[in-house]
This record gives sequence, structure tokens and C-alpha cells, in this order.
Amino acid sequence: MKVSYYPGCSLHATGKEYDQSMKAISRALGIELKEVDDWSCCGASSAHSTNFDLSIALSARNLINAEKDAMDVMVPCAACFNRFKMAEHHLKTDKDLKAKIEGVVGARYQGGIAIRNPIDIIYNEIGIDALAAKVVKPLAGLKPVSYYGCLLLRPPEVCEFENYENPFMLDKMMGTLGADVKNWSYKTDCCGGSLAISKTSIVVDMCDKLMSAAKEAGANCVVTACPLCMANLDMRPSSNLKLPVFYFTELISLAMGLDGSKETFKSHMFDPQPLLKQLQLI
Amino acid sequence: METFLEEVNKKIHGVPLQACYHCRKCTAGCPTAQHMEYNPNKVIKMIQNGQKDKVLNSSTIWLCLSCETCITRCPNQVDIARMMDVLRQMAIEEGIGAREKNILKFHQAFLAGIKRGGRINEPMMMAQYKLMSGDLFSDVTLAPGMFLKGKLSLLSPRTKDMKSVKGIFEKTKNI
Repeated sequence: MKVSYYPGCSLHATGKEYDQSMKAISRALGIELKEVDDWSCCGASSAHSTNFDLSIALSARNLINAEKDAMDVMVPCAACFNRFKMAEHHLKTDKDLKAKIEGVVGARYQGGIAIRNPIDIIYNEIGIDALAAKVVKPLAGLKPVSYYGCLLLRPPEVCEFENYENPFMLDKMMGTLGADVKNWSYKTDCCGGSLAISKTSIVVDMCDKLMSAAKEAGANCVVTACPLCMANLDMRPSSNLKLPVFYFTELISLAMGLDGSKETFKSHMFDPQPLLKQLQLI
Repeated sequence: METFLEEVNKKIHGVPLQACYHCRKCTAGCPTAQHMEYNPNKVIKMIQNGQKDKVLNSSTIWLCLSCETCITRCPNQVDIARMMDVLRQMAIEEGIGAREKNILKFHQAFLAGIKRGGRINEPMMMAQYKLMSGDLFSDVTLAPGMFLKGKLSLLSPRTKDMKSVKGIFEKTKNI
């Protein structure tokens, strides 16, 4: 299949491992990515926290650019995904707002393409069986908890993600890769998001709580699909509570034995390589 | 004259706040409620009571993370996360500013980054935030490692059509 690809700002910086592994597994799974032309920032938390019209217009500019290619748009960053789905929701349900935003952006919004996160595309389009068939190095000994966070799931009528209080797609994917997935009650809790910089102590508390719960569940690592969750969980927990954190795409790449799959582990702030070496996965 | 409740309801543009029957499910699920001056459901009560100054001057509206757990679990679909956005925007527009000053400064530095290059260049954005907040020394131990690991780059690609991005800011009268 072929899709438009919106990397967003994080995937070119702090979340570069997500971009690299996403591209690698897309090639291997037969998903052709076409980057959205001249994309700009989705506006993230800062736009909607301070100026509603700006938040919708910044996302609409990108959706309108993506519409030119007339394909579903894959949005790996959970925050960008959430902002795009939110803009789509408002533009489709409020005609006056749509007219106003089209005036601001200077182009028409058609609403004809689906905004999709890669978990949904891999699980529902590629399928678990096809993924299983590509596994050459089962992730034996890896005990992840799946961490979905907020922005892929909520609000449910906007995000349209499966089982928003107890999602399972990541869990099933990791199980397919041969990992011993641990169950826990914190799949959809918040990591503290953008307060990491301006209110760090609150975010340290939140990340410590998540890491303690992951350890209690018997996990030796955490799997995420969000660059903000990754940044916070990778950098903010107290040192005695840290666990390696992976993008789910990095683990798919590793299990599929793709070239360069080991490279992305080198740029994590909390080094996951000792764990992977101990388990003889790298 | 429009009451505070009517004003907020109009801007939320959804289920009116009168639908809240204070079951406190929002507060029970809120990850930052323990740090807030007033719990989320208390804010609704205060709006119903017309306590505009107290609400717009509170830290609560800035500590909301927009995790959307409240609206997900609200039995009456009251959009509390959207309400918090509305209250923050009102506080800015009415010149009250933010009780949690650095949180607003972070948002301003972030938006200034988009206005400058269309995309966020994290080192530039952080430098601007530090200058604006005066919080110069937090995270300085993280930065060198992040540079070495290639997570921070001073030369990230920008959006080419900056005229369209700047036009969006002008037409939405960004703060």
C-alpha cells in the first residue's frame, strides 16, 4: 500500500529513532511512504492551549497539503495524530468554523483522506499473520509493558482507536514478535506531556509512578508509540526506577532482522543495549 | 449582560456546563488534580457561580495536561479539556496572563518557533524559553548528551512556504 507520511517536528529531532525505524519497517512490510509536501508543525499543545483558531488552522494547513496526494496520511507522532484528528472533527462538524479556517489557510479543506496512526495501519492493513511471517529473530526474554498514553486514544469519538480504556493492538504485536508482554493498569495513563520543561517536578512524579508500576508488573522494558512519552520516560524518571524504553517500530525492526535495526538503540538517553545484549538480541 | 457561565458555554460550543452533576469522575481520573488549586469539577462549580476572577487567576487551568481523561469518562460528555483551553485563552485575551508563568512562556516560545521556521527546532525553542523564563539552568545536564546522540540539531529543515505559515498567525491574531 502507499500512504502519505507526516513525520512532524519530533521525528526529525528527539524522536529520530521513531522516524528511522518507521521507514525501515515500512519498506520491509511493503508500505510506501510519500512525505507530505512542505509540511509545518501541527501546533501541538501550545497552540490549542492558547488559541483555538490557530490550533485548527496549523493542522488544517497540513491536512490540505496531504489531500493533494489523495492517500491516507500516516501520522506516527501521537501528538500530531491527535491534533489532526481534532482538527478534522471540528472542521467536519462546524461549517462556520470550516469557512473561517479555509479563509485563514487560504485553501479549501475537502476532508477526503483518512488520518491514521501506524499501529492501526500495521495491525489492520498488514495484519498480525503477515507480521509473524516476517519475524526472523523472536524477542525472547524481552518483557515489555505496552504504553499507549493519551493522545492516540482520547477523546475516543475523535481518535477512533480500539478499546480506548484497555487497548490491545500493541500488546498483540509485541506478542507476535516473541516478547513476553506483561499486563498492567497504566496503558493509557498520562506521562506529563509538555509540562516536562516548564513544570518538571510534576512530570518526574508521573514518570516514576509509571516506571514503578511497570516494574511491579514484571516488565524489563516499556514500549511506546509516542515521541513525547518516549522523551519523558527515557529522561525523566528517577535513576533508580529507569527501564529501557522502545518505540514499537524499533522492536519490529529488530525482530525482522532489518539492516540498521541496532543503530537506533544507540541514541536513547537511557541505554537499552545492555539489556538487549544480555538477552542476546543484539 | 452575558454571565461568565454563558460566555464559557458559548466558547466551548458543545454540551453546556450545566449538564455537570458533580459526580467527580473527572477529578478522580485527573493525573494532575493533586497539584491543582481547584479540582476540575470545582472549576465547573465556580463557573456556575460566576467566580470569573478566581477561575482565570488559578493555577489549575495551566496545570491541565489536556490528556482528555475527564471528557472520556464524563457521563454527560462535558468537555472539560476544551473548557480548560477556553479558560486559558480567556485569561490571555483579558490580559490576566498565567498564574503558572513558565507554562505560558513555554507555549509562547514554542509558537514563536513555528512562526520562525514553520517547524520546531528544539535547541532554538529551548534557548528562547530559557531567556523568556529566566530558568537558565534546568536540564543543562541533559543537553550535551542529546547533542552528542544527534537528538538536537541546530540545522533542521524548515518549511519553505513561510508566507502561508506567517499568514495563519496573522489572521488568527496570535498572542
